[in-house]
Amino acid sequence: MAYSEKLLDHFKNPRNVGTLDKNKNTVGTGLVGAPECGDVMRLQIEVSEDGIIQEAKFKTFGCGSAIASSSLATEWLKGKSVDEAASIDNMAIVEELELPPVKIHCSVLAEDAIKAAIKDYQEKNAKA
Amino acid sequence: MSDKRLVYLDNSATTPVDPRVLEEMLPYFKDKFGNAASRNHRFGWVAEDAVDQARERIAKLLGADPREIIFTSGATEGVNLAIKGVANMYSRKGNHIITAKTEHKAVLDTCKALERQGIEVTYLDVNRQGLVDLDELRAAIKDTTILVAIMFANNEIGTIQPVKEIAKICAENKTLFFSDATQAVGKIPVDVKDMGIHILAFSGHKIYGPKGVGALYVSRKNPRVKLTAQIDGGGHERGMRSGTLNVPAIVGLGKACELAGEEMEAETVRLQALRDKIDRELLQMEEVVLNGAKESRLPQLTNISFKHVEGEGLMMTFNENIALSSGSACTSASLEPSYVLKALGLGDDLAHSSLRISLGRFTTEEDVDYAIERIRNGVNHMRSLSPIWEMYQEGIDLDSVEWSEH
Repeated sequence: MAYSEKLLDHFKNPRNVGTLDKNKNTVGTGLVGAPECGDVMRLQIEVSEDGIIQEAKFKTFGCGSAIASSSLATEWLKGKSVDEAASIDNMAIVEELELPPVKIHCSVLAEDAIKAAIKDYQEKNAKA
Repeated sequence: MSDKRLVYLDNSATTPVDPRVLEEMLPYFKDKFGNAASRNHRFGWVAEDAVDQARERIAKLLGADPREIIFTSGATEGVNLAIKGVANMYSRKGNHIITAKTEHKAVLDTCKALERQGIEVTYLDVNRQGLVDLDELRAAIKDTTILVAIMFANNEIGTIQPVKEIAKICAENKTLFFSDATQAVGKIPVDVKDMGIHILAFSGHKIYGPKGVGALYVSRKNPRVKLTAQIDGGGHERGMRSGTLNVPAIVGLGKACELAGEEMEAETVRLQALRDKIDRELLQMEEVVLNGAKESRLPQLTNISFKHVEGEGLMMTFNENIALSSGSACTSASLEPSYVLKALGLGDDLAHSSLRISLGRFTTEEDVDYAIERIRNGVNHMRSLSPIWEMYQEGIDLDSVEWSEH
């Protein structure tokens, strides 16, 4: 399976690998997938007071496509408002990375991770 | 400066044709091109002689009689011929076949096809090392059992089955015993008479011979085994497999068997030492597991799971330079994780994290050292990207986490 240049670039030079403090109210954490499925993505966002994502970090257990998808997701998240982030669609990831059909589910998981991170952030801040 | 090194450690998938084998084959593409069935002229006689010599070389490697060797297009065809051939030929004697869950797809899919035609198949479980339980086998045999099909050595984990004991149980119950020995022939001693195997299949491309050719051993005496041909048309190979013989490939197969027999002992010592070095180095790493039977195992193969790291991703850190396999779903055409590892009772997560390394005749110590380093670095890199490695390091019990599957 020949991966695209962009995908290989994200794999070899993944952006924004790391961990944010999940206890902070400004941080939303999304953890999706399962080890038995061979795919686990953790995506975190740090949101400013005016609702803009300042920082995004990821860690992924998964294949090259999964890692590239989540790396790309963090790139796209930075600078967006939470609402804008919620509208990131998996097919945009598929197009950007030229994911082969068998790997489309990796982009779906990345979209799920984004939504899970946003949901976590919103739930935390609804209580405040 | 890019690293252009190429190291091939996937010899259980296929092997290069040994230059000596290629040399032996070439004349049969050129002036010795006769059809081995052309009985009435020199071209045919020369081809026939070459085929006879190949039969002898193969028989010698297996401890069989040359008249017991049938040429096929490979192990998959041999497996089909053996299992379907017995099912058809002995249909009045019974309709029950026993095999195991860790068999190659050639065996499993053939059995599934026969099930659709009304044959009953029992798929034995294996233990954590991948070994069949002999008591379970004994208990499974009944009056209608016509065949037991258990592979000699497993292609994914290298586990060697207790073939002699299985044969004894089959003999006690007057049941035919077929073994798919594709991964064993030429690598470890296989003696069909001494071991009590009645039918055996293997292929050329796993032992430095060409692709597209294999042989099936079919016992002629004690017992005399007959198989219903699956390919009709001319009655070649004692009526068991019609079709013009692929003379050059058969010559190659014969030569490959001769070389394998001559070099087996020395090669085994050399490769086992290299394989053991890989095990020693890699199993030293944290959270790493060896899959299969440590002792009853092919000498040049190892299957290791690197926890919290996925196989395809791991391979991508070095697959421009090193060729290996993984049991991960992402590396399989079916998107299912390895069913062999699953049958061992490992969780799927260990299957997704596994690498199979299989050394060969042309593997050097430098290759092995290089691979160890690249794999180690790759694992460490992928763990730095892995959320579950981070969770493991924090002391979280991953089995207790509620994962959100989708």
